[in-house]
Amino acid sequence: MTTANGTDSTTRTGSGTSRDTTAPVLAARDLRVWYGSERGPVAAVDGVTFDVRPGETLGLVGESGCGKSTLGRGVLGLLPPGAAVDGEVRFAGKNLVDLSARQLQQLRGPELGLIFQEPMTRLNPLMRVSEHFEEALRTHNGDLTKDEIRTRALDALRGMGIPASRYESFPHEFSGGMRQRIMIALALVLRPAFVVADEPTTALDVLVEAQIIQILADLRRNFDTALVLITHNLGIVAEACDRVAVMYAGHIVEQGDAREVFANPQHPYTQALMRSTISLSTTGLHYIPGSPPDLAHPPAGCRFHPRCPKAMKVCAQEAPPEVLLPNGTRNTCWLPVPDMTTADGRRPLEVEEISVADEA
Amino acid sequence: MSMKSGSLGRYIAMRVALAIPMIFVLLTLVFVMLRVAPGDPISASSGGAKMSQEKIDELRAAAGYDRPLIVQYGDYLADVVRFDFGTSVSTNQQVSDVILEKGGATVTLATGGLVFALLLGIPVGLLAGRFRDSAFDVFARLFGIITYAAPVFVVGLLAQQLFATKLGWFPLEGETDPLIANDIPATTHILILDAIWVNDWEVVWNVLWHLILPAATLGLLIVGVFIRMVRVNLIQTLRGDYVEAARARGIRERDVVVKHGFRNALVPVITVIGLQVALLLGGSVLTEKTFNWPGLGKQLIEFLNSRDYVAVQGLVTFIALVVVVISMLIDIINALIDPRVRY
Amino acid sequence: MANLPTELVAPTGPAGTAAPKRAGRGRLRRTFAPILEAHGLARFMLWTGIAITGFFVVIAVFAPWIAPYGYDAYESGGERFPKQESPGGDHLFGTTVQNFDVLSRVVWGARTALEVMVLAVVFSLFIGVLLGLLSGYFGGWLDRILVLVMDTLFAFPYLLLAIVAAFMFSDVPGGGIVTAALAITVVYIPQYFRVVRASTLSAREATYVEAARAMGAKPRTIIGRYVFSNVIQSVPVITTLNAADAIATLAGLGFLGFGIQPTEAAEWGYDLQRAIPDLGADMWWTATFPGVAIVLAILGFTLVGEGLNDVLNPSMRKRRIRTVVIPPIAKPRQVVTVAAMPAAVPAQGEAPAVEQTEDPATPGASETGDAPASATGEPQEEGK
Ligand SMILES: Nc1ncnc2c1ncn2[C@@H]1O[C@H](COP(=O)(O)OP(=O)(O)OP(=O)(O)O)[C@@H](O)[C@H]1O
Ligand code: SF4
Ligand SMILES: [Mg+2]
Repeated sequence: MTTANGTDSTTRTGSGTSRDTTAPVLAARDLRVWYGSERGPVAAVDGVTFDVRPGETLGLVGESGCGKSTLGRGVLGLLPPGAAVDGEVRFAGKNLVDLSARQLQQLRGPELGLIFQEPMTRLNPLMRVSEHFEEALRTHNGDLTKDEIRTRALDALRGMGIPASRYESFPHEFSGGMRQRIMIALALVLRPAFVVADEPTTALDVLVEAQIIQILADLRRNFDTALVLITHNLGIVAEACDRVAVMYAGHIVEQGDAREVFANPQHPYTQALMRSTISLSTTGLHYIPGSPPDLAHPPAGCRFHPRCPKAMKVCAQEAPPEVLLPNGTRNTCWLPVPDMTTADGRRPLEVEEISVADEA
Repeated sequence: MSMKSGSLGRYIAMRVALAIPMIFVLLTLVFVMLRVAPGDPISASSGGAKMSQEKIDELRAAAGYDRPLIVQYGDYLADVVRFDFGTSVSTNQQVSDVILEKGGATVTLATGGLVFALLLGIPVGLLAGRFRDSAFDVFARLFGIITYAAPVFVVGLLAQQLFATKLGWFPLEGETDPLIANDIPATTHILILDAIWVNDWEVVWNVLWHLILPAATLGLLIVGVFIRMVRVNLIQTLRGDYVEAARARGIRERDVVVKHGFRNALVPVITVIGLQVALLLGGSVLTEKTFNWPGLGKQLIEFLNSRDYVAVQGLVTFIALVVVVISMLIDIINALIDPRVRY
Repeated sequence: MANLPTELVAPTGPAGTAAPKRAGRGRLRRTFAPILEAHGLARFMLWTGIAITGFFVVIAVFAPWIAPYGYDAYESGGERFPKQESPGGDHLFGTTVQNFDVLSRVVWGARTALEVMVLAVVFSLFIGVLLGLLSGYFGGWLDRILVLVMDTLFAFPYLLLAIVAAFMFSDVPGGGIVTAALAITVVYIPQYFRVVRASTLSAREATYVEAARAMGAKPRTIIGRYVFSNVIQSVPVITTLNAADAIATLAGLGFLGFGIQPTEAAEWGYDLQRAIPDLGADMWWTATFPGVAIVLAILGFTLVGEGLNDVLNPSMRKRRIRTVVIPPIAKPRQVVTVAAMPAAVPAQGEAPAVEQTEDPATPGASETGDAPASATGEPQEEGK
């Protein structure tokens, strides 16, 4: 809790207008999150670098299994036994990766929040809604009176459109959308500076989805909360995110201003991803041929090369650099830096795996 | 709240309705087993004593055993509905009187065993689940398996030899010291309660002191079930979504384990208690025999030994009713505790 | 002890039996492969249990050769055994008040226990499986009545049931062993019934059974295979635990005096009960040896059952937490700044890139989800 107060003054001073120059709330550098498994280490997140600024929403997209949830959980230190984190996550002057379990626990809630995908099972069925709020507020603000707790909880609930009359209800008395709003209220009642929302609307119907996205949008406007929004829905990213990071097999392959990336995707994976989503409504079914690699044994070089329609020889041999383009986007690919490769390296990669791609 | 009590009422009504066919089946089974079985209640009860055929026929007619079985069955059901469990052939007592007289001791013993099993099983199971795969967990699981495997009478004999004969800490057998409780009026027919009722604390302590060994013996029979159950529940609960969500809110690990883990893991224990009643009642027959505990189990063995069909049938019928009623009560209590059950 | 462990392997769904054509042996091998791979406590329980059980079975089978005397012998070569003699000399485990040799009684007792156990398990397995199949296959009122009866039997105190059954069967020809086995059988039928009925029911509803039926295959054959491959996973656990319970119940009946008569066979429970007065007179051997035999025999089977259960039930297996150590970064991240937006590099077989027009402020890009579609400006897309 002492850390909480320290943060407020340092990181939340920026206003929305000068976003790019504001110091980030959270800055990850070369973050790696690996799991232990029977098949060996799984490099679910393998060296990602990103910043999130106050009031900014970063959309995190990518195919299933590319490590989006792992990234979110790794930042908050919510990992299963056996997993390991390495790198740097700067938050309020500290490196979260180096903190003890106890220090991280104290940050979760008042500083770092996480909203989950399945609202139905995330509330304790034996506890009333009120008890959930009391528990969270008591843990992090020990000196609150019962009335203060009630006031704050009801405020947060009202913000999510849950009437005060439902404060004493049990979770099973609510619908999925309501439960997700309660979950969000529970995460926000402590006013965290940084929130990860891991597919918060995937389990909900479209109308409720729009509602929740609206709520999240209001949130950053009103509280300057920095948000990482994990989703499969590119429409949501376009609508609700300032910046977007595209993940593939544990790497962020492209990130930058959301409009810029959507308007002008540079990375072959981003292009493929957008095509596959978009074509559903236009020119028939497009999908990315092949399947994402096994993260216990990822391919050498660029991890996308077995599926990349533009793969070159060098792609199979060496991992591409991160290229900072003039429009401000970052792109991890060999294509924008032909000078860094030899003429031979630029020859198209002719491997059997690629032949699959032509069927598309 | 009114909505809740309405659905609770409906649940209770449904549960009671469900018990009726079960009681009917049990009664039928008991009747079939004991009446259709070879042998004849009257000649059996006479033991070795020679009786003339006329005398036997006369007794049979008097007891109604010469009528068709279906009529006897109807009579039996009608009697049970009136809580008439027949009259013992060997002692001439009403079986319902026997139940009243001896039932209290069995209730005391079974309750003692259950309390012992809960007091030992819940903490051990919680610790084992919390520290899964630790040395304590392995020890707890083996302990549960061994106590579950060891027969009641072996454990009882061991306990008697060690704690009564060798160490002299506890009495060897019986419910009280001889004669001590003779002037306690039977109010509830449960001696320890009756003694409390008349403020005779010497008798209360005496009964408790006698109770410890048999209750522990009986409790050890079912403690393994509780350890296993609580352990598995806790492991599954701690893997649950709401536990992870609580961690994501920064709830202290101790609170996560206790408030979200322990509490939720213990709810199903109520149901398991219901399932253990059968085990407790069966085990109490052996425990009562081992510790000479004056309960229904010991009485049943005496009736069996004197081949008193009528009394055996009465006692077994009563026990069957108890099993059904307890399992029904447990379900209802469960519905009161867990708000989800009613839906 | 008729309660099964709560974590008992549930019959697996069709997924586990996706290839009903495979022969039973392959299925058996797949089912029991985990036994060899078992580790930790499960491994310890399994192998300790198998060792104890093996020892018990060997003693039981070879009792006539192992036991020094007959189970009801009180003399040898015309010489009467001493009464209540302490262990040693001619009588390794001592003698009883009835002049029996304790070692011989214990060894012969193993044989009795094994006979009763095998009979009880076979009877209840046969009846339980048969009724379960009938109930699950035909359904309807037969099913409803059987389920009610079985549930009732299951809820009833198992020992009382066995006592009543022993009482009821006491005039059955074949002596005490069959009587005791029959009494114990009654207790276990409901457990087999439940498992078999459940998987028969789900077999009837499995889609590939429907499909096979539509193609003219005999549903009975398919259901048989399906049920077999489901049941083969849980029946070994039930059977070993029931074997343990059978020994316990037999000893319990003997202890209460409703089991096998001493003249018919040696029985541990009876011997233990007879030995109680000796304990007060410091004669420990008459009770200790049968008592230890009972506990060991039950424990052996229980350990096998529990070990099997652990092994066959993956969710409760001991976890192996594999802790990863992240190696240092081999090659530091390279960040390159380029001055100009790249022209699209031609991909193989595709048209040369169209000159890109930079228009980051595409109208509507942040309004609707579909906006990026029209705004991608991806040359390759247009080339197609
Ligand atoms: N506990 C674990 N142990 C080992 N590997 C894991 C574990 N959890 C996840 N993984 C692996 O890590 C990779 C990343 O998983 P993650 O859940 O982060 O993906 P995701 O991008 O969130 O996918 P989705 O879109 O389906 O939610 C996957 O390949 C997954 O198989
Ligand atoms: S580096 Fe090569 S393989 Fe990877 S995305 Fe770029 S072009 Fe494709
Ligand atoms: Mg995910």
